[in-house]
Amino acid sequence: MAIIEVNNLVKRYRGHTAVDGVSFTVEQGEIFGILGPNGAGKTTTVECVEGLRPRDGGRVQVCGIDPQNDTGELRQVLGAQLQESELPDKIKVGEAMKLHSSFYRDPADWEELLGALRLSDKVDTQFRRLSGGQKQRLSIALAVLGNPRVAVLDELTTGLDPQARRDAWDLIETIRDRGVTILLVSHFMEEAERLCDRLAVIDSGRVVAIDTPAGLVSKVDDRQRVRFRPSVPLDHAVLTALPEVMTVERAGNQLVVTGRGELLLAVTTVLAHHRVIASDLRVEQASLDDAFVALTGRPLGD
Amino acid sequence: MSAVLRLTAIETRLFFREPISLIFAVVIPPVLLIVLGLVPGFREPDADLGGLRVIDIYTPLVVAMTITTLALTSLPLLLATYREKGVLRRMRTTPIRPTAMIVAQLLMSTMIALAVMLIVLAIARLGFDVSLPQNLLSYLAAFLLAALAMFAVGLLVASLAPGGASASAIGLVLFFPMLFFAGLWIPRSSMNDVLLTISDLTPLGAAVQSLQDAALGDWPQLLHVAVMLGWAIVAGGLAARFFRWE
Repeated sequence: MAIIEVNNLVKRYRGHTAVDGVSFTVEQGEIFGILGPNGAGKTTTVECVEGLRPRDGGRVQVCGIDPQNDTGELRQVLGAQLQESELPDKIKVGEAMKLHSSFYRDPADWEELLGALRLSDKVDTQFRRLSGGQKQRLSIALAVLGNPRVAVLDELTTGLDPQARRDAWDLIETIRDRGVTILLVSHFMEEAERLCDRLAVIDSGRVVAIDTPAGLVSKVDDRQRVRFRPSVPLDHAVLTALPEVMTVERAGNQLVVTGRGELLLAVTTVLAHHRVIASDLRVEQASLDDAFVALTGRPLGD
Repeated sequence: MSAVLRLTAIETRLFFREPISLIFAVVIPPVLLIVLGLVPGFREPDADLGGLRVIDIYTPLVVAMTITTLALTSLPLLLATYREKGVLRRMRTTPIRPTAMIVAQLLMSTMIALAVMLIVLAIARLGFDVSLPQNLLSYLAAFLLAALAMFAVGLLVASLAPGGASASAIGLVLFFPMLFFAGLWIPRSSMNDVLLTISDLTPLGAAVQSLQDAALGDWPQLLHVAVMLGWAIVAGGLAARFFRWE
């Protein structure tokens, strides 16, 4: 059952169309990603879903509520972590949590939530004294404090160091495991690949593709490469005879086998049959980066 | 406790964590009164002032100044800074409406102004024998009208200023002329006709006269009530029209 439905969403700013007919649905319980370069219209799209921006066209339904016609019910079921937003400088973590708790009908236990986010020892710390990673964790805490059915996370890990980023990823999965549907905006490939069940690739205000990360990759380039160092010289014909294999090349003392399908299984079976041991075995496949370039004509970093 | 009241409580706590705003709004008015009161000449009855002493004239002025400091420096700076930082925007994602923040700020500012007014009146009475207002109800009415008018102007500054720094600057630019026409430098009784008329039409000039009238037992004059209400409605209306949350 779709918990978020977006149909032909349009949003214009002073003559420039930021979102041009974007459509997607998010199923209950999944982590759905919106991936695209800066300026693609990702944040504008989710702001229309959150009800922070009025839209110029199309239909949006979140848990059956139209964000534009909402009288307050949406805020009880949707929690949002915004890209750049802060709390008053000198408010303490505990004060903010207690205050926000009072806004919701059925809030989570805020002390338990702080514990789960490893912020318990910061209860009396002022917001301005938190590190970047701690501020992000507090942001997440506030977004899920009301026990929402949907959480929208916008560029959650921008500016975090790699360890803090990984911690945030673990956290997001924990939240999903609690039953919250997550709409995630990102411009990090690794993040999308790691977290998303499905994702929509957005470029210049339009949806370019919607699929699982693996699906996107295989549609675009389903080739894989197996590299290894054979223990004894091997006749290439043995490998090229396999239906899965496209080419075999020599690179120094390594063999590079390019092909499709269950390539690794086919190659290792043949090697075992010929009593060849494969050392330094490595499998490479096209990445989401490659998929993005193929879909949009340029790398995500542009 | 209602969410707005809880928000007001937190914002009040935050106000007391800002030393500069605190000093300007809460410490300077009573200190000013004490400094003025210590000038010997100010405690002598003055024929020009109809037998009143300078210190009697300055007391309502100090009360008006308290309201003005909160209205033109604290309030716009805080709201514009909250807007700049995205605090107001963040509130839009919660069940509480961002207008609740405005209400909370107004409630807080009114309570603090009231508290300082009581402190100033107490010091004036106990330290310098300034009589307490003879018509307390009238004094309170004048105070609330003054707060209404000045806070509306403060909200207008907050809605027009692009950021915290400019809100401070605009507030300060308005602060001194307002206080001048209220009689801080030249007492209203010494003003010529032109200056006096202008003073009557400013919210602070009307406020100071109303407080003075109440202190002597009268109700505020209709002209001054109309002036304060007029400023409140016009400034408040414009603020409502132009206020941005981000």
